[in-house]
Amino acid sequence: MDTYKKLLLFFSLVFTFGCSKDETYTPLVAEENEELSGGQTTVFSEGVNAFGLQASNLKGDNSLFFFTGNSLFNQNWVTAPASTTARDGLGPFFNARACSTCHFRDGRGRAPEVIGEINHGLLLRLSTPGVTSTGASNSDPIYGGQLQDQSILNTTTEGTFDVTYTSLVVNYSDGKSINLRKPTYSIKNLTYGSLASNIQISPRVAQQMPGLGLLEAIPQNTILGYADENDTNGDGISGKPNYVWNVEKQASSLGRFGWKANQPTIRQQVAGAFAGDLGITSSLFPDENCPDGVDCNQITNGGTPEIPDDKLGRVTLYSSTLGVPARRNHDNQGILEGKVLFNSVSCAACHIPKMKTGSHTIPALENQTIRPYTDLLLHDMGDDLADNAPDFKATGNEWRTPPLWGIGLIETVNGHTNLLHDGRARNIEEAILWHGGEAENSKLEFMNLSLTERKKVLDFIKSL
Amino acid sequence: MKIKLLLTALTSTFLLVSCNENNDVIPTNKISKKEVIENYANIVLQNYKNALTDAEALETTISTLTTTPTKANLTAAKTAWKAARESYGTTEAFRFASGPIDMNDDAPEGLLNSWPLDENYIDYVQGDANSGIINNPTMYPTIDKASLLGINQPGSNEKSVSIGYHAIEFLLWGQDLTLPSEKKAGQRAYTDYTSAANADRRKEYLKVCADLLTDHLQLLVNAWEGSYKTTFLALSEDTALKNMFTGIAILTKGELSGERIFVAYDNKDQEDEHSCFSDNTDRDIRLNLDGIINVYNGTYKNISGPSLKDLVNETNTTLGTQVSTSLATAETTINATATPFDFAISDTTERPKVLLSVNSLNNLGDKFVEGATALGLQISADLPE
Repeated sequence: MDTYKKLLLFFSLVFTFGCSKDETYTPLVAEENEELSGGQTTVFSEGVNAFGLQASNLKGDNSLFFFTGNSLFNQNWVTAPASTTARDGLGPFFNARACSTCHFRDGRGRAPEVIGEINHGLLLRLSTPGVTSTGASNSDPIYGGQLQDQSILNTTTEGTFDVTYTSLVVNYSDGKSINLRKPTYSIKNLTYGSLASNIQISPRVAQQMPGLGLLEAIPQNTILGYADENDTNGDGISGKPNYVWNVEKQASSLGRFGWKANQPTIRQQVAGAFAGDLGITSSLFPDENCPDGVDCNQITNGGTPEIPDDKLGRVTLYSSTLGVPARRNHDNQGILEGKVLFNSVSCAACHIPKMKTGSHTIPALENQTIRPYTDLLLHDMGDDLADNAPDFKATGNEWRTPPLWGIGLIETVNGHTNLLHDGRARNIEEAILWHGGEAENSKLEFMNLSLTERKKVLDFIKSL
Repeated sequence: MKIKLLLTALTSTFLLVSCNENNDVIPTNKISKKEVIENYANIVLQNYKNALTDAEALETTISTLTTTPTKANLTAAKTAWKAARESYGTTEAFRFASGPIDMNDDAPEGLLNSWPLDENYIDYVQGDANSGIINNPTMYPTIDKASLLGINQPGSNEKSVSIGYHAIEFLLWGQDLTLPSEKKAGQRAYTDYTSAANADRRKEYLKVCADLLTDHLQLLVNAWEGSYKTTFLALSEDTALKNMFTGIAILTKGELSGERIFVAYDNKDQEDEHSCFSDNTDRDIRLNLDGIINVYNGTYKNISGPSLKDLVNETNTTLGTQVSTSLATAETTINATATPFDFAISDTTERPKVLLSVNSLNNLGDKFVEGATALGLQISADLPE
């Protein structure tokens, strides 16, 4: 005991000396467990597979079904009939042969880099003004809700699209300028007739997969608590929930997923992607995506439906339980200073750092303290970023606040740093500079920071 | 000065106290970690040498088959392929260990043992007589080592496998189109190498694959004989032990239990089995477990030395017994599954046995993690995709 007391005394002395050396500097400290972005689901990987790991706390059957979901997510679906009975029924019209084509390594897609490139991870949604009885936007009369740029053998592909960019220069007050690129899309080689004259085109890039189940497990009241649709608090930021059609409930539900929060559940998001992107029918979406003029009933399918409910459930489970990678350098002083700045310019007003999940059918997702940096609400982001394509309650100017967790690892996993709904931003800084509308003030405050401060904000975001 | 003196005194006291405590808790090591690591390196090298020898024998039989395509020579090549898998199968326990087999994207694992593969990327399939590289001389005019290497898993398409054991397997057996209950493998006719369309290109393709197989195994033998052996033995003991333990834990729980057995069981699809053309998956599974046992017990053929098992037993006898019991259970449950594997995953009375083997492997993977933890090593049994 004596020795112990002396040691204590000794250490207090050392610490006292240490503090007196630099009286003015108070180091910033990270919050407890701040590095655990996904709570107990958090995985510890900084490599190319950082987005592909099973949630650390997944147990029992779910931990096994994850593998089946992984195989159905990663491997190519093939044209029916085929000896690989578990994975046939591709198309006839599709954007990708596997989920992983666009979500490569469970990560993020990008826009095509050269004309004619396919399988990059960006697709074009099509709509026309007005809504259906479910509140969804009207589709193109011939091509439906999405352009499929591939098809199986012996069918004619719907068409192709090109992206071209024009330059938009942004100047900081300190003299530095940044060249942004603004995309324009042209749909070409259409084979089943013209698009509607009032067609609305919304490009959408595939997002990274980790943490989706946690977002589903956030209590609805938590999300609605962030909403301020009429800006009653006068901070210039509204925050509006999207209410979208829930196919299984046959009712309107809070939207959480997708660039405009137009999907209420992961299951519906997955089934929607199977139908729209791969041409795989399910109990939720039993109809093949067929352009006007083609009788898809004459084309061999992979069963009715092509993905049965149990397998759809496996992919849903998989898509819900990819663990969120832990933060890197979360307690580094520069990073912590970046966090202070991030908050001071009100990024955190929409990119809400911390919340708690509630109940969920997957126990591993329940009651987790998570740090997703989103409010899952819609915000007007200004005319420059608009797609002018309404989606349920979302206007043509509104986008859902995307979660920022994992953002710093996209480069490692996917070999690019392209962000925003169409991948136009080539890095985090460009993405910030595209913020307008409700985020205009925050952007201006960011732009008024010094170069060093701006770098700290960017480094902080990269550490997420 | 006084403070400095006090500091020295205190530090010495502190160190003395901690040493005493250590001596109370952890007994002096009798098993040498260094010897455990060296023994592992010897096992790895000998196993890769054997895999190379058997692959060379396979290359010879394939050379005979392509020179003189007869039914007997096709059968001989199939026999040699299965023999080559016997020695390669146990080497999979050296994967996931940050070693030469799969330490980075350029490592040869994907060139040797990629699966599942889209067979129609290589050759004709039922319903498409013209599919595959072999039947497309316009797009693939040359079939040689460089060209086939260059089109293995292009871009993001992991299933477009052009080379390796399973490419050879497909070229020897063909698609397994019979019902699992018939317990038959693929039925490729030897005439695919005589009168069938593109027979010459198919012969060339098969020869090139066999040639590449031995090239890539030679790389592994070279690494474990030379540069990597030096690197490995120079790692800190804990890093080396961690790599060894991580390898068998991931193979047990992630790859073998999850990817190779459970996915096929759950999908009930024979295309999801590891060696789906030859119906050799039951051997793959048993050999993988044999390899795991080799690494844990420190034994292989006539090599036997200090092992991870010895270290765990020495540190915590109770846990050591539990790990060994789990290993024995895994072996029993796997041996109880029916053969061939596609029958085991599709037959109603056989399926529960497959699930038992999955559960016993998962339990074993967890025990390996506990064993490593007891040695002070933090490892994960999760599969990096």
